[in-house]
Amino acid sequence: MTDSGPLSTTPLHTLHISLGARMVPFAGYDMPVQYPAGVLKEHLHTRAKAGLFDVSHMGQVLVKADSGVVADAALALEKLVPVDILGLKEGRQRYGFFTDENGGVLDDLMITNRGDHLLVVVNAACKEADVAHMKAHLSGCSVTLLEDRALIALQGPAAEAVLASLAPEVVAMKFMDVRDVTLAGAACIVSRSGYSGEDGYEISVPSDKAEELAKALLAHEDCEAIGLGARDSLRLEAGLCLYGNDIDTTTSPIEASLEWAIQKARRAGGEREGGFPGAGRILGELANKTSRRRVGLKPEGKAPVRAHAKLFADAEGQREIGEVTSGTFGPSVEGPVAMGYVPSELAVPGKQVFAEVRGKYLPLTVASLPFITPTYKR
Amino acid sequence: MLKFTAEHEWLKLDGDVATVGITQHAADQLGDLVFVELPEVGSTFAKNGEAATVESVKAASDVYCPLDGEIVEINEAITSDPSLVNSDPQGAGWFFKLKLSNVADANDLLDEAAYKELVG
Repeated sequence: MTDSGPLSTTPLHTLHISLGARMVPFAGYDMPVQYPAGVLKEHLHTRAKAGLFDVSHMGQVLVKADSGVVADAALALEKLVPVDILGLKEGRQRYGFFTDENGGVLDDLMITNRGDHLLVVVNAACKEADVAHMKAHLSGCSVTLLEDRALIALQGPAAEAVLASLAPEVVAMKFMDVRDVTLAGAACIVSRSGYSGEDGYEISVPSDKAEELAKALLAHEDCEAIGLGARDSLRLEAGLCLYGNDIDTTTSPIEASLEWAIQKARRAGGEREGGFPGAGRILGELANKTSRRRVGLKPEGKAPVRAHAKLFADAEGQREIGEVTSGTFGPSVEGPVAMGYVPSELAVPGKQVFAEVRGKYLPLTVASLPFITPTYKR
Repeated sequence: MLKFTAEHEWLKLDGDVATVGITQHAADQLGDLVFVELPEVGSTFAKNGEAATVESVKAASDVYCPLDGEIVEINEAITSDPSLVNSDPQGAGWFFKLKLSNVADANDLLDEAAYKELVG
């Protein structure tokens, strides 16, 4: 990834401009960071009603076994991802991550069983590398990056009503269900999931129908376009990792407190124990704990503590213990929120640590994640 | 006398004391402010010294001291309610009062017409 060169655009680019978005480069794309309402109001609107996010920059990848049997694709992908993919039922989605030989995280992703193949959604900045990684290691499978589909996220307590106004059947979907749904005449793949801590959907739509669908959703009085700025503050309040900030190749999934995503079948003693890159380290950390952990951090004062602020055990900045990986002001929390890595003995809610901000050492309390109560429809 | 800087601060001069804030243009660009940190009364700054910090949801930005001087008063109202800076940046959203080391320095700053030209 470089910052130079012409930026790509998504199928909703013209719509963003017409809505008055402030555009910024993100992962090689010209993306809306905010609309005229601004990050604060967009964030609060999403938690109160419904927000529409263009996430078409993300990679949508089909993984198909040459045999035509989805279990073969699942077993192949399990060689790269420490998740029970074979046990994923048709029409269901699951979170996972690609690990490397050192047990670091190459990218995080969503995996769906689509009946005769898998649909994988990966981060924009990693998608070329992820596709190359899968093509190199998934023997007996075809791996195809879909270039002709947009991805729209619809999030918030009114998301169900907004989407149901186009297709009433989405009401019956549960968290992490995935279905084929016709929306505004377009053949879409809809999952009940998201990245905000709210109930909502992610909608894969053919590129040539994306703008029409987005306009149909925005026509609902409760639905507003929301930029990447609010997407970041929403996911941080929800305690969700941003790849490249909170997780990367220097962090293991266990250090990142993501062990919940590694099901029993892939753990020690499971039916398909290990068999993914870095399994030795990751299974070892599951058994023996890690020396550091990703935790929620609640600044005690009003000043936001941002990514890369150094963390200390003491208010004098004598003993450096870690780093903040994400931090902002949480509009729904009505105060600053952050995440970062601290030694395991301090990774306990209520412990106090200090962050260096503009030459001062500000106190933060280790906090349970998420900072808000998610409203997923389980 | 009202003066402006290219760093988007305004100064209202009354004798040798200037009331200082950020311009409407700056407030609009920053978006909704959620945190303001002001300097201590009695502290001194050189021109372009980092006198205050403002933060939106997305980012922190510095507010520079427009001229050499000493802070003689600060507007605590904006630390308790940063949204005042967005709603009335050139009034109730002022930041601090600066006793200028050399009043004549203010003559080199931009007048309103020149600032308006700068921000288009």
